[in-house]
Amino acid sequence: MFDLDKWQEILATIRQNKLRTFLTGFSVAWGILMLVVLMGSGEGLANGIEYQFRDDAVNSIWVNSGQTSIPYAGLQPGRSVRFTNEDHDTVARDVEGVEHITSRFYASGTLTVAYQGETGSFDIRSVHPDHRYLEKTIVTKGRYLNDLDLAEYRKVAVIGERVKDALFATRPAIGKYVNINGIPFRVVGLFRDEGGQSEEEKIYLPITTAQKAFGGANRISMFMLTTGEADLETTDGMATGIRQLLAQRHRFSPEDRRAVFVRNMNEFFQRFVNLMAGIRIFVWIIGIGTILAGVVGVSNIMMIVVKERTKEIGVRKALGATPGSILGLILQESVFITAIAGYVGLVLGVAVLEFGARALPHSEFFVNPGIDLRLALAATAVLVLAGAAAGFIPAYRAARVRPVEALKDE
Amino acid sequence: MLRLADINKSYAVGANKLHVLKGIDLEIGDGEMVSIMGPSGSGKSTLLNVLGILDGYDSGEYYFDETLIKGLSETKAASYRNRLLGFVFQSFNLIPFKTAVENVALPLYYQKIARRRRNKIALEYLDRVGLADWAGHLPGELSGGQQQRVAIARSLITKPKVMLADEPTGALDSQTSREVIEILRSINREGTTVVIVTHEHEISEMTDRVIHLLDGVIERDKNNGGSPSPGKAGSKPGAKTAGGAA
Repeated sequence: MFDLDKWQEILATIRQNKLRTFLTGFSVAWGILMLVVLMGSGEGLANGIEYQFRDDAVNSIWVNSGQTSIPYAGLQPGRSVRFTNEDHDTVARDVEGVEHITSRFYASGTLTVAYQGETGSFDIRSVHPDHRYLEKTIVTKGRYLNDLDLAEYRKVAVIGERVKDALFATRPAIGKYVNINGIPFRVVGLFRDEGGQSEEEKIYLPITTAQKAFGGANRISMFMLTTGEADLETTDGMATGIRQLLAQRHRFSPEDRRAVFVRNMNEFFQRFVNLMAGIRIFVWIIGIGTILAGVVGVSNIMMIVVKERTKEIGVRKALGATPGSILGLILQESVFITAIAGYVGLVLGVAVLEFGARALPHSEFFVNPGIDLRLALAATAVLVLAGAAAGFIPAYRAARVRPVEALKDE
Repeated sequence: MLRLADINKSYAVGANKLHVLKGIDLEIGDGEMVSIMGPSGSGKSTLLNVLGILDGYDSGEYYFDETLIKGLSETKAASYRNRLLGFVFQSFNLIPFKTAVENVALPLYYQKIARRRRNKIALEYLDRVGLADWAGHLPGELSGGQQQRVAIARSLITKPKVMLADEPTGALDSQTSREVIEILRSINREGTTVVIVTHEHEISEMTDRVIHLLDGVIERDKNNGGSPSPGKAGSKPGAKTAGGAA
């Protein structure tokens, strides 16, 4: 199907009108450049938002306790709500749709952690085994906490890579005992966390052991749960259910927004997803608009080309050119100019994104701007279509040129 | 070869209709060399358009070699023009960004003949008009007479049965004009029917038959004496001079 002659014809006409072709191509290249930069930036924003959510499960509900702020059933406002193990168990049992649930217990005061003379102060979270799903903890060595640890009040610990580095340096840590406020805990696992360095400066202990060892009785500081594949509406219902359940148990008004804080991450996440979808649509509208301007430009130029070449087209027809061959010639030229110019725009756009991202100050809300292969292919398809669209009317005009034009004197 | 029967053609000019060809009856035999003369507006260019299948007509019948040419699709008409007809224009109509040899080869491109082969053939035809040495030159680098010779080579390359020339010498000086007519003459001697539209008597005098057109009708149709294609074997004896309708 490759027609060398047709290409030679096209290249010859392009050589004839270098400046005009360049200017035409420029408008298309500019359109694509804008589209790519906009899409890439949108992608950067989306990545940034994803980065914000990288740490924790997005399908989760987090429940913290607070202080009552409105009087209820004869009780004064200002009471502190304190969660206990029963709250955890009741929610686990009575709220439908709970996939994983864990509590957290923070011991009061600073706990020092020591191993053979190395000491450090690390954040200690006493949790249920399901906690790993909530925090997306990645176990790199050994194991995570399990139900037996809790049932038998085992003194075991899972420590972050940074903790291991601080206390053990290059020595093996698994099976060794670390002292936490003088109590030895056996290290059974190491972990990493996408959340970054501070998330790896943590130590996880079985909640039952910690409550016993650090005077927690049956108190828990907070609890969180995941909601599985449930949709936003269902999880909102679950959040309301949890609030009502706790209101009943701790005797505060279900309307009291300060007594407990129930954060449905689904909702936050959905909000960002919607925002991103909005930004994407916006980007496409602007990008398509810019390309459209380029397409109209190409169409315009091709129209002039056809007009200027009317006599030539007439001569060609007199010599035996069919309408189809003329149509193909103009269409191919249009697609060719658009595709080449668009490709240049694409490459420039990617370059702008690459260097722009490096030049910009680091921000957590703008991460790895760039376009993926799928988008690049989509842009290419848009280009070819645009070229064909731009060429269609001029090509049709050209095909309709009457051969008698050849006989007219200029 | 060419037979026109009661051909009528009119153009819409604004709200009015301009009746350009008013019932033309004409027969041009195989191997004739004919000139069509007439003042501007007499309809001679329109007649050439009809003969060249460049334009349609309103009523009547046009037979090319016993084939009725009427209501053809653009594609079909293009094919007929390509295979049966050769055109030579007043302003040469060479494609400015193509070299002489590429211009000559162009009709073969539309016959889908491979580039190498058609350029080889084109070179032969350029040689026949004495321009082989100029094959790689662009039309802008050639004189008017040379350009017209390139155009003639281009019209010949498909071995057409009929050659139509529209004021082929209109843009040339008299010396070059005579050379061009000589070439057309020799083409005719080889058996190709040649029809020349001209308003120059010197040109028409060199053809065998002169058709005078006035206001869309054939006013006069006369033989310049002698056999139209002397010394040519195989052609039908004598011109089938159908006589003017006027």
